[in-house]
Formats: sequence, structure tokens, C-alpha cells
Amino acid sequence: MQTLISPFVSHSLRLAPPLPRNSLLNNYHQASPIRLSSHFSTTSLRLFNSGAAAASRDSEMTTEDGKDPRIAKIASSIRVIPDFPKPGIMFQDITTLLLDTEAFKDTIALFVERYQGRGISVVAGVEARGFIFGPPIALAIGAKFVPMRKPKKLPGKVISEEYSLEYGTDKMEMHVGAVEPGERAIIIDDLIATGGTLAAAIRLLERVGVKIVECACVIELPELKGKEKLGDAPLFVLVSSA
Amino acid sequence: MSGNKVEEDPRINGIKTKIRVVPDFPKKGIMFQDITTVLLDPKAFKDTIDLFVERYRDKNISVVAGIEARGFIFGPPIALAIGAKFVPLRKPKKLPGETIFEEYELEYGNDRLEMHVGAVDAGDRALVVDDLIATGGTLCAAINLLERVGAEVVECACVIELPELKGRQRLKGKPLCMLVEYRC
Repeated sequence: MQTLISPFVSHSLRLAPPLPRNSLLNNYHQASPIRLSSHFSTTSLRLFNSGAAAASRDSEMTTEDGKDPRIAKIASSIRVIPDFPKPGIMFQDITTLLLDTEAFKDTIALFVERYQGRGISVVAGVEARGFIFGPPIALAIGAKFVPMRKPKKLPGKVISEEYSLEYGTDKMEMHVGAVEPGERAIIIDDLIATGGTLAAAIRLLERVGVKIVECACVIELPELKGKEKLGDAPLFVLVSSA
Repeated sequence: MSGNKVEEDPRINGIKTKIRVVPDFPKKGIMFQDITTVLLDPKAFKDTIDLFVERYRDKNISVVAGIEARGFIFGPPIALAIGAKFVPLRKPKKLPGETIFEEYELEYGNDRLEMHVGAVDAGDRALVVDDLIATGGTLCAAINLLERVGAEVVECACVIELPELKGRQRLKGKPLCMLVEYRC
């Protein structure tokens, strides 16, 4: 199987051929209905699956509905867990994406292609799943990585921002001096739901004079309208899960 | 490359100088090794990852297990570069699917490390990654989790070792690769 090596990727991120698809997903798919992005009809998925493997590698090609063909594979690698953390919630589990070496590589590549060469010097990642996606992007585009953390985790002097939860509030912290006024940043998390966490991250960075170029997530839950909490900051997502 | 420390590579000093030591965190007497300042220097961060990737890329590693949360920063870039899957090892109740857990001791009381059932297969060759090894308790729990499902732990990889805490001896005989030592 041909390995795609994109020109933007530094030698340290050059990738080995992917391993076989993890059995967790195969077992899960047999049980569950298709719950992919509303952007994908089953027709366009069949076209993608029946196409040559080369089609999935070529970032120039798009499916009939205009989406990058890598996105369908990424979407199908996400596992949905019903009733976690509580009844009624369909939890979007990206750990199965991380087990699919091709899907994980493609996820990072899609973000890197979008953000390289745009003078972005800061990738801020929200604890903890933002720590998984942020650093590979930062390394590939030559930016620093700044962790945005729950209270009392960062050892140095911090600034903090409160945000609302369903019941009560929480705080997000960033190290003083991690970023400088005038820097251009993207903020990464695995998923945007209500947007409260991302909005807190935006406020923290803007308080120290950083320009937010975009918020980037693998998954959006559009019904929760998180995008509306982001103010002027645009949102970019790979998969929209209705 | 001989030995478990990547000795005398000129990149090591550049990484070491970027680590910030924060006294009395989380409590008095502890000299906390802060790696966030390494992450602020793209060259130092890249060099850190490169040093591990160069060591592991030809060793047929199929799993990189990263310990929450700072193992999530170093593990995925290594996994991506060597073509391995990334498996997060997490505190209790964070992973949404079926999990197995391993208990380990803290200074006061116990904690648990969890892994998803089915993430790792028997016969997988695994690397365990964290930013730092202190007493070795967390790494030992990670090794146990991986071995219980039939994986072979090839090595543990940490940026920093606190050798005076003798964590290296708690790794069930598994080798440790670290880049920087810190002695009080």
C-alpha cells in the first residue's frame, strides 16, 4: 500500500504504513446504525468505499458533495458510546480514531494543510484531548504548543478564566508568559459541544493580546450551537455529528 | 545507540536548558520539573520527539501508550512518526467505553489507571510514554495494564528522570530511556 508523504510534514513526522483497522470498530459497527455526519449520504459513502485506495490519499480529489475523501474515513473511525457520562448523552469517542493510524495521520494532515504558512505561532490545546491533537499540529507548522489546563495543574504563575458547566462553574488556566501580545493562535480540542470551554480559552488568549485565527475541532455537535459562543473567532471542524 | 539514556547527543543540552524548575510545587520541598517551557520552543520540542523517534522507528512498535495528561503531549507525535497506534491511559471515569484498571500507590492512598478494552491486542509491541519518571508507580501500573492484555512492553520513555527516587527499579525489568536527569 502506497504511503502518502505530504511535502509539508517535517522528517520527524514522516509516517510508516498504517496498521490494520482496529477490531474495536469492526465489532462496534456491526451493532450500531450509521451515525455519520449529515454531510454524507449513504450514496456518497458507497462511492468512496468502492473507489480505489488512491482516491483516499489524494488531497486534491473530493467526493460528489465537495468533502475531502479522507473525512469519511475519519468520521467512521469515531465510536459513539450511548449514555456516557450520563443517560441520554451519545458520547463521541475519538480513542478509536487514535487506534486507526491512517485516520489519525489524516486528521492531523487536514489541520496542518489548513494552518501551515499562515504565520500561526501558537497552538493552544484544551486539556486533555486537545493535548493529543494539538502537539502534532504545532510541530508540523513550527508553532509553540500551549496547554490550557484545569485548575492547579500548571506549576508556574497562571491567569485563569471561569466558565459555566451544566451545574456550577469550572476554571481554565494558562501560564503567564507562554504567549505574547500580537501572536497568532489556533485553539484545538477534540470536540465542540456548548462552546463554553473554547470560549474560555479565547478569552484567556485575548486577555494577553493574542489574535485567535480559528478554533479547530475534530467533531462538532451543531445542535448545541457552540459556534455562537465563539464571538468573532471562526470555527473549523472535520465531522459534524447531528 | 547504546544505553538507555541518549548520551552526548548535542540536542539534549538544548532541551535541558528549556525545562523550568518550579520550587515548592505542588507542595513545599518539591522541585517541580515543568516541561511546558520546552513546548514553547519549537526546536526543543521537535528535538525531543526526534530523539525518541530515531530510537524507536525500526523496532516494530505497534502501540504507544501515553499516561494522562503530559504523556498525551509526547506520545502522539511519536506514534504518528513511527506508524503506531496511540492509546491513552487515563484517570478513572474518563474513558467512555469498557475499561480495565490497575491500582497504584500515591504518597497518601491509591489511584487508578484505566485503559479501554480492545485498544491493545495480544502480541502488540508497546512503548509507554510520560514526561517524567519519579517513583515509577504510574509507569508500573501502565506496564501491568499492557501485559495483562498480552502486549509486550518494549521500553518506557520519559523526557526526565529523578534518579534519586529509584523509579527505574520499579519497571518490572523493563528498560527506561530518558533524555534528562534531575538530581536535587
